Amino acid sequence: MPGRDDSPILKTSHLLGIEGISVGEITALLDLGDDYVALSRSAEKKLGLLKGRTLINLFFEASTRTQSSFELAGKRLGADVLNMSVKTSSVSKGETLIDTATTLNAMRPDILVVRHQDSGAAELLSRKLDCCVVNAGDGSHEHPTQALLDALTIRRRRGGFEGLIVTICGDVLHSRVARSNIVLLSKMGARVRIAAPRTLLPADADRLGVEIFTDMREALAGADIVMMLRLQHERMGGAFVPSTREYFRFYGLDREKLRLAKPGALVMHPGPMNRGVEIDSTVADDIEVSVIQEQVEMGVAIRMAVLDALSRGLAASGRNAP
Amino acid sequence: MTGKRTAFINAHLADPELRLDAPGALLVEDGRIRDFGPRLFQDGRPADAEIVDCRGLVLAPGLIDMRVFTGEPGSEHRETLASASRAAAAGGVTTIVVMPNTDPIIDEPSLVDFIKRRAAATASVRVLPMAALTRHLAGETMTEIGLLMEAGAIAFTDGDRTIANARVMRRALDYASTFGALVVGHAEDPDLSAGVAMNEGEFATRLGIPAAPNVAETIIVERDIRLVELTGARYHLGQVSCRASLDAVADAKLRGLPITCGVSAHHLALNELDVGSYYTFRKVKPPLRSEADRAAMVEGVASGTIDVIVSSHDPQAADTKRQTFAQAAFGAVGLETLLPVALTVHHDGRATLLHLLATMTTAPARILGLDAGTLAKGAPADLVLFDPGLPFVVEADDLHSRARNTPFEGRKFQGRAQMTFVGGVCVFDRAKDAES
Repeated sequence: MPGRDDSPILKTSHLLGIEGISVGEITALLDLGDDYVALSRSAEKKLGLLKGRTLINLFFEASTRTQSSFELAGKRLGADVLNMSVKTSSVSKGETLIDTATTLNAMRPDILVVRHQDSGAAELLSRKLDCCVVNAGDGSHEHPTQALLDALTIRRRRGGFEGLIVTICGDVLHSRVARSNIVLLSKMGARVRIAAPRTLLPADADRLGVEIFTDMREALAGADIVMMLRLQHERMGGAFVPSTREYFRFYGLDREKLRLAKPGALVMHPGPMNRGVEIDSTVADDIEVSVIQEQVEMGVAIRMAVLDALSRGLAASGRNAP
Repeated sequence: MTGKRTAFINAHLADPELRLDAPGALLVEDGRIRDFGPRLFQDGRPADAEIVDCRGLVLAPGLIDMRVFTGEPGSEHRETLASASRAAAAGGVTTIVVMPNTDPIIDEPSLVDFIKRRAAATASVRVLPMAALTRHLAGETMTEIGLLMEAGAIAFTDGDRTIANARVMRRALDYASTFGALVVGHAEDPDLSAGVAMNEGEFATRLGIPAAPNVAETIIVERDIRLVELTGARYHLGQVSCRASLDAVADAKLRGLPITCGVSAHHLALNELDVGSYYTFRKVKPPLRSEADRAAMVEGVASGTIDVIVSSHDPQAADTKRQTFAQAAFGAVGLETLLPVALTVHHDGRATLLHLLATMTTAPARILGLDAGTLAKGAPADLVLFDPGLPFVVEADDLHSRARNTPFEGRKFQGRAQMTFVGGVCVFDRAKDAES
């Protein structure tokens, strides 16, 4: 972008979680994200910022939107993007994560985007690789770019975070999206509520600085933002929740429950949605309240911002800064 | 309001909730208690009211029995809701809480609705259904507690089955606590109790009957207490039967945990020796325990550690009881002997009449959140009239239950229901009952 300031944004060479970054860093990333929204909406979407750089998408869990979002972000910034899906890699042949890391390291990537079913996987890779590591979701731990894109969506709609009441509803126990959002939104001054049946609330959740509700209706009262979480299919069959119809009855967002939130409240969902489980179609598809599609657009922009920010730490030589 | 009025005169009013234990009268209007007191009707009886002369007998809130098995739906030859309600009425029981162990099992909202409708159409006492805590009572996945509550399930239990898997129990308690639902536990470790027929000890050894140690109960009681502590769920131990379990409950209560417990009348009155010569009507779950354990149960009622006394009414057809002890079905009928058996604790000087009545009125009402179980103004006019001193002998042929498997055949007791009223309507009158 013409006249842009390319001073460092992130103090670390990886983005592993929201936990490790400051309010200043978050704000700078969101500002940069705004710029990339503008770029993405223009006819000429490509920049040469990452020209010659290699970005590897390493996804141990299936993902359509996050993986394609990173791929698009990398390509718009001019990087060479390699998608490694686990089905075709040696990992499915029994290779350990560290062996995979060593192998990848030899290919000299500049940025590795990783999603893994185990918490801590991204951090483990960051210690074994010389390149920048971006956590695209690790187990039930963090999904920092999701929290950043959610924040960008909120900030563009509401101007800021101070004093906003954000209700996060659903499977908080297993959700990395919830954890990253709780940390980010609390840091930025929002009041975060979580609502779920007790089986889906993490232990000592009150220690995370959020208000806890088991009655979704109470949690929705006066909320500015309603963030629904996806209920994984394997949790529905009776182990955590007795049935989808009961879940929808008590924890599904429909018109009637949404009426309890503040007038004009925004509805968010990280996708993919289970319609009729955690959200009713009439709410999800209502462009007056639902910003779910906007979240997807913000996803590409914020990932461009993250890749841009991380690339500023890469030395001009092509190898990473010390 | 100018509805139907009934005046109960010359009564001895007894209500633990109101600490009322004195002569007086009581007025019922439109199915609810309108007024009561020692000087009621002093200025003359209401002309428009029907008069019930209590002749000095005790008029108390109708009993609430928290543990009743029936055979409806699925094995109506054992007992229907209608026949169970006749037995209840004859026992002075005006509310029965029925267990989900039927065929089909009550684990679906529509089946809770079925029980409620069926009871409304056929039963003469109030029927409150408990729903299963796990689907198919299989102890694996929880039921739709929220929807079942909306359908009218009063509590959640797997009846006479223990959820063996602690993780499942933990999640079920967690989930139940979300809705403030009451979970009713049964404590018999399924592995320690597999294939056994009575309490482990000298007597079982002499009889040569496979037996389970009473720790099979205590292990589960202690586990469930820990899980209640973890989850904060409301928990009621359906039946306690041995001292060690009772001690664990007492300790949990001291620590302020939301735990209550019940005891079956037969565990207050009988011990393992009563199995005698393989008497299958005394084969129950949990099994009759040692005399020391039985005495501890009486002590538990007296001290208040045991909150409620239940019948554990479990009607069995003759063919399932006319078997060897090992092969016979578990269970004993008890609705009609609940009050007389419980009264023994009072007659033995271990508890006041009010204290004893509380275990079958105030306490179950509090645990279940009912407005019944009291003579207070505005409460439903569910009443029992009985002579606590009147002696009688239990005869199976006199029972109103469809089944005859009473463990008390030939036993002498003092005090049983003479008249029973539900919502002000007489549902049992022993004077007329004898003629029919």
